[in-house]
Amino acid sequence: MNKTVNQKAWFFVIPVFVLVAFNAIIPLMTVVNYAFQETFGNNVFMWEGTRWFKQIMLSERFHASLGRQFLFTFIILFIQIPLGIAIALTMPKEGIGVPVCLVLMSMPLLIPWNVVGAMWNIFALPDIGFLGNSLNALGFDYNFTQQIGDAWFTTILMDVWHWTSLVVLLSYAGLRSIQPAYYQAAEIDGASRWAIFTKIELPKMKKVLTIAILLRFMDSFMIYTEPFVLTGGGPGNATAFLSIDLVKMALGQFDLGPAAAMSLIYFFIVLLVCWVFYTLMMRNEEKS
Amino acid sequence: MSLELKNVEKKIGLDTHIYPTNLKLEKNTINILLGSTLAGKTTLMQIMAGLDKPTSGEIWFNNENVTGMKVQKRNVSMVYQQFINYPNFTVYDNIASPLKITGVNSDEIKQRVGKVAELLKLSGMLNKKPNELSGGQQQRTALARALVKDSDLILLDEPLANLDFKLREELREELPKLFENRDCIVVYATTEPSEALLLGGNTATLQEGKIIQYGKTLDTYNKPNSLVSAQVFSDPPMNIAKIKKSGDQCSFLQNDIQWKTKLNIKDGEYKVGIRPHNITTYKEGNNTLEIKGKVLISEISGSESLIHFTNGNLNWVSLSNGVFQKNVGDEMNLYMNTDEFVYFDQNERLVSNG
Repeated sequence: MNKTVNQKAWFFVIPVFVLVAFNAIIPLMTVVNYAFQETFGNNVFMWEGTRWFKQIMLSERFHASLGRQFLFTFIILFIQIPLGIAIALTMPKEGIGVPVCLVLMSMPLLIPWNVVGAMWNIFALPDIGFLGNSLNALGFDYNFTQQIGDAWFTTILMDVWHWTSLVVLLSYAGLRSIQPAYYQAAEIDGASRWAIFTKIELPKMKKVLTIAILLRFMDSFMIYTEPFVLTGGGPGNATAFLSIDLVKMALGQFDLGPAAAMSLIYFFIVLLVCWVFYTLMMRNEEKS
Repeated sequence: MSLELKNVEKKIGLDTHIYPTNLKLEKNTINILLGSTLAGKTTLMQIMAGLDKPTSGEIWFNNENVTGMKVQKRNVSMVYQQFINYPNFTVYDNIASPLKITGVNSDEIKQRVGKVAELLKLSGMLNKKPNELSGGQQQRTALARALVKDSDLILLDEPLANLDFKLREELREELPKLFENRDCIVVYATTEPSEALLLGGNTATLQEGKIIQYGKTLDTYNKPNSLVSAQVFSDPPMNIAKIKKSGDQCSFLQNDIQWKTKLNIKDGEYKVGIRPHNITTYKEGNNTLEIKGKVLISEISGSESLIHFTNGNLNWVSLSNGVFQKNVGDEMNLYMNTDEFVYFDQNERLVSNG
């Protein structure tokens, strides 16, 4: 069959191009612009080359917040992924329990992020909050506004509460798509429950778990609102994750050049980790 | 060795999936469960295997009551319509898996897997993963897993249904060979009459949770005990027409075609079943009837041609050898072989055939 050549067809792409330009490319380019120049307002710019990038890469402050960020993300992935799978495995497979569980599970996901932060702030206050007050009544010296360990504990608990459901829902969907014949075949073989989990369920959930880990990685690596409302990055800089630190630098100190360079580095770290992880997970999958 | 179902019944809620069933399967036989989807084939197999418990009734194996015994304790293997293999095991490990769990030593595993793999033509792909194989090879792997462990009972639930035509034909021809010289009972569920005829052995026709007839496959085919059994065992569906018999003369009710019969039955009204391949575009057999038809649909299936036509107020289906196409609305003559007519009484029980 002969295709007709009509270059005017490119006009159909223009709306998408304009849309993407305005919501992605132009803002990103503004940041690129700031990252390589110095400005004192009045639209006066001076070329600085890679100075801000070097400054950020060598700055101890950046290393510290990057370290905190990786530690936080690693901890919450380590808790949420196994916990999410475990909950999904125990959820009912038929009957009225299914919709009830699904709705209950989705509830934390439907709450706006700053509300989650505010909720947990009040919940955890050592004097009037239910959690904080109870812990102190039980004899624990708990104060998330002053003690670093408590601040981390509360932030992690909040994130686990907020986001484990996402892993549960994705894992549940993955589990439900396994045909019953697999379980029967394993039963006939005499396979143990653990063998069924490792030899059938996990391999069959691989794709959906890859997505879950990617989503949780990206979201937790870019976390801002909840810890900002809960701890404001404190005590000191103890919970100042990358994005909190970035906002401090950009809007608090108005260091636009270094902040722009930092956001680009930040962006490339997220991109790189996601790409490496996805490539590793999918390298043995069929090509079809 | 024998497997016996005694008054086995399966209800789920208010629905009866299997009506009380008695069935005895002997050692070294292939037993085919033939019926359309939802006839109860899979349920019956799961009860036989011990994957599912009957609501009432008993299952006896080798004169031992095994009702409610867990499937792990029974020496059973099963192959499904879907290609069920461990996704991240190689073909070798997949085939070896039932042996490994029962603790067979590795030399013997190697030897037995090798033998089965050769039988199923998998020798060259033992190191591949299931998702690198074609559908046919995946199902061969599943079959090999079922055969490697020397089960007493091998259940095959429509194993060829998800394969494309060529692969199905190929595997279908190999199947009877695979079960030769095995000390076991094979149960094979299928929706296709031709598969039952090819595998031989015994056939049970099923409909809506009831076993209609059980016996040697050819007997079940040639002497259906009822219209239902004949319909289950006929693809494309059997033609049914009402007839009147008086003396040695028979005639259809809706046209004036007459023929002589040697049937020794009372005069009156009967139903006659005519399999599509007994209505052909050419004369076959000594006693043929000519019937005029107006073509409704004409289609080619493999090396055969199907013609749907009307005569009287009835629609008929004919199946002839050879490939040809007729135009819709064409008038044509077809020939029915009266020796192959199957006669049923008003209650749709078999009267006699021929």
